Amino acid sequence: MHPVLQASGLSMVFGGLRAVNSVDLCVRDGEIVALIGPNGAGKTTFFNCITGIYTPTEGQIRLCRPKTHGGGNDSGTVLNGFRPSRITKLGMARTFQNIRLFPNMTVLENVMIGMHCRTRAGILGALFRPPSVRAEEKLVIEKSYSYLEAVGLQSLYSERARNLPYGDQRRLEIARALAAEPFMLLLDEPAAGMNPQETIALQELIRTLRSQYNLTVLLIEHDMGLVMSLSDRIYVMEYGTKIAEGTPMEIGHNPRVIKAYLGEDFNA
Amino acid sequence: MQILKKAILTGIWFAVLTFPIMVVKVDHIEGKMVWRWENAGYIAIGAALLSLVWRYLLERKAMRRRQEELAIREPSLWNKILRDPKLIRTGLLILLLLMLILPALSSTYHINIIATALIYVVLALGLNIAVGLSGQLVLGYAAFYAVGAYAYGLANHYLGIGFWAMLPVGGIIAALAGILLGLPVLRLRGDYLAIVTLGFGEITRLIIQNWSSLTRGPGGISGIAKPGFFNFSMADVAVSSVYIYYITLALAILTIFVVDRLKHSRVGRAWQALREDEIASEAMGVDTMRTKLSAFALSSMWAGFAGVLMATKTTFINPNSFTFMESALILSMVVLGGMGSIWGVVLGAVAIILLPEYLRAFSEYRMLIFGAIMVAMMVFRPQGLIPPQFRRYEIPDYLKKKSAGTPEGAKEGN
Ligand SMILES: Nc1ncnc2c1ncn2[C@@H]1O[C@H](COP(=O)(O)OP(=O)(O)O)[C@@H](O)[C@H]1O
Ligand SMILES: [Mg+2]
Repeated sequence: MHPVLQASGLSMVFGGLRAVNSVDLCVRDGEIVALIGPNGAGKTTFFNCITGIYTPTEGQIRLCRPKTHGGGNDSGTVLNGFRPSRITKLGMARTFQNIRLFPNMTVLENVMIGMHCRTRAGILGALFRPPSVRAEEKLVIEKSYSYLEAVGLQSLYSERARNLPYGDQRRLEIARALAAEPFMLLLDEPAAGMNPQETIALQELIRTLRSQYNLTVLLIEHDMGLVMSLSDRIYVMEYGTKIAEGTPMEIGHNPRVIKAYLGEDFNA
Repeated sequence: MQILKKAILTGIWFAVLTFPIMVVKVDHIEGKMVWRWENAGYIAIGAALLSLVWRYLLERKAMRRRQEELAIREPSLWNKILRDPKLIRTGLLILLLLMLILPALSSTYHINIIATALIYVVLALGLNIAVGLSGQLVLGYAAFYAVGAYAYGLANHYLGIGFWAMLPVGGIIAALAGILLGLPVLRLRGDYLAIVTLGFGEITRLIIQNWSSLTRGPGGISGIAKPGFFNFSMADVAVSSVYIYYITLALAILTIFVVDRLKHSRVGRAWQALREDEIASEAMGVDTMRTKLSAFALSSMWAGFAGVLMATKTTFINPNSFTFMESALILSMVVLGGMGSIWGVVLGAVAIILLPEYLRAFSEYRMLIFGAIMVAMMVFRPQGLIPPQFRRYEIPDYLKKKSAGTPEGAKEGN
């Protein structure tokens, strides 16, 4: 199938530390791919590289809009050097491991910010509020509300984001990312801090959202239950390097992965 | 009781600390030491009392916060008034009427003071765009004020251009200065931005002070023209004061209107997102560079307008009006009133200008009182006199109904 996101030979060096070391990764249209590995393996750094928060030291990132989202036959755009806002506008949105909402804005406003890159009203529009701007504003409110519905937070729309419980904050981040109308969604440990019931609900939510919005999903997660049942394919990282890739089945039986997760002593 | 113990300890501590200056006194004439023990007593009691009050208030604040977290937040009377749109509208209408008929009721002296306060309302609201809404701590705001004032001062002095032509031009020049400052500091945040803007403010003032051939240096520019009324110029001082009062009032109202519209727009939301979390807003597709520049430009534009007004009102400008103290004063209006809150900032500006004017009796202790109020505010009401209100967006009913029946809606509720 059509590759949507392709990273080749991606490296990120901090001083003497190679946090990401020549990683190749490819996500195809409509897939749910998981990126797993022990803490400090470089997963979040990898996300930061492909979303433009860091500029990778080496390697290339390529993003290609799929046909289901009106893309053409071209081989996509090379993202190296792009600022995060531009990458988001191209169609890849993310959530953060350590939640980064806009705490003093309302839940609805948080989602409305996600739609910023899909709307146009400028300063003069704000001052004179011509019909076009008013219509746009109305559309933004309606659509934002529908994204809240998609994650089940609509009843809290006028709360301040900071007052939300942890699990709701994670789902609000997902709604905000959806509002940027991406075809590629990156989730950094979406289930972190959730209880088992919430995790199962989240699993269902991710599946639903994928079919509802035709998404391609790349997610970092530690909850192996979620990873195994949700992913089409899994990449495993350790010390910045990719040590395995494959279907959940293959990964579950890969001796290197078992070693990385359970330690040297396990085999002895 | 813990509080009482701590207060007594504080009292003793202060008595010991101030012992050398308050108790011991060398009598030079007699050549002997005088021990004024009663002073130590006063200090101890005074410090203990102050500390007691302080700690009690802190305790109460902490308690209230705990209650707030536990119980359903019952809005206070003050907040209820602030949320009732009908009351607000009536109140504002009465205020507006009062402001309109004010010249008929009071003397030129008062009119001038109020006009000054209104200029500061414009300045504080302008700074509020950068600091309160966008979270960019600008410490050299007086520089843009100076750019506006000198733009009009110089244009009038050398070219004879009038007030009405220079009002927009002064604003635009100041906005350009804001962009000029904004471009190199786009990547700076927080403390660094504060320091650079502080430096920019001082540099601007020093340039004005030392470029004597153009700006006439520390002596300043005098005899700047008052605004004309169509083709007539206003000779009478009282009449022209009233005229300028109405111009400032109009500009202040325009500023409130514009800032309010901006705040509740796509641009304003992006500013607030920038304030809340720069990385997150960039990652959500907000072009933070552009957003920052627009905040800088609009913020300094209002300073430019205010500068032109100030120059025409006082007819005399010199670099001393644009020191760091001026920037700090405007910033404290924003902070005191409530960062990001339009009516809070208006109130802050009016309070900071009018109170010292009408409390001349205490003028010796002005800075002391001012400092004490600011410290107390930061501790007990850091969100300002009138904290920003949240926009409750109206969700059309047909949207709500559609979702009422879904199972996901059912398990919500908080
Ligand atoms: N900005 C940074 N500067 C220096 N080192 C960093 C930075 N970001 C991450 N690292 C380091 O890179 C390594 C990988 O971190 P991270 O990507 O957060 O791991 P993971 O998300 O897999 O737990 C860690 O050793 C971390 O300390
Ligand atoms: Mg991580």
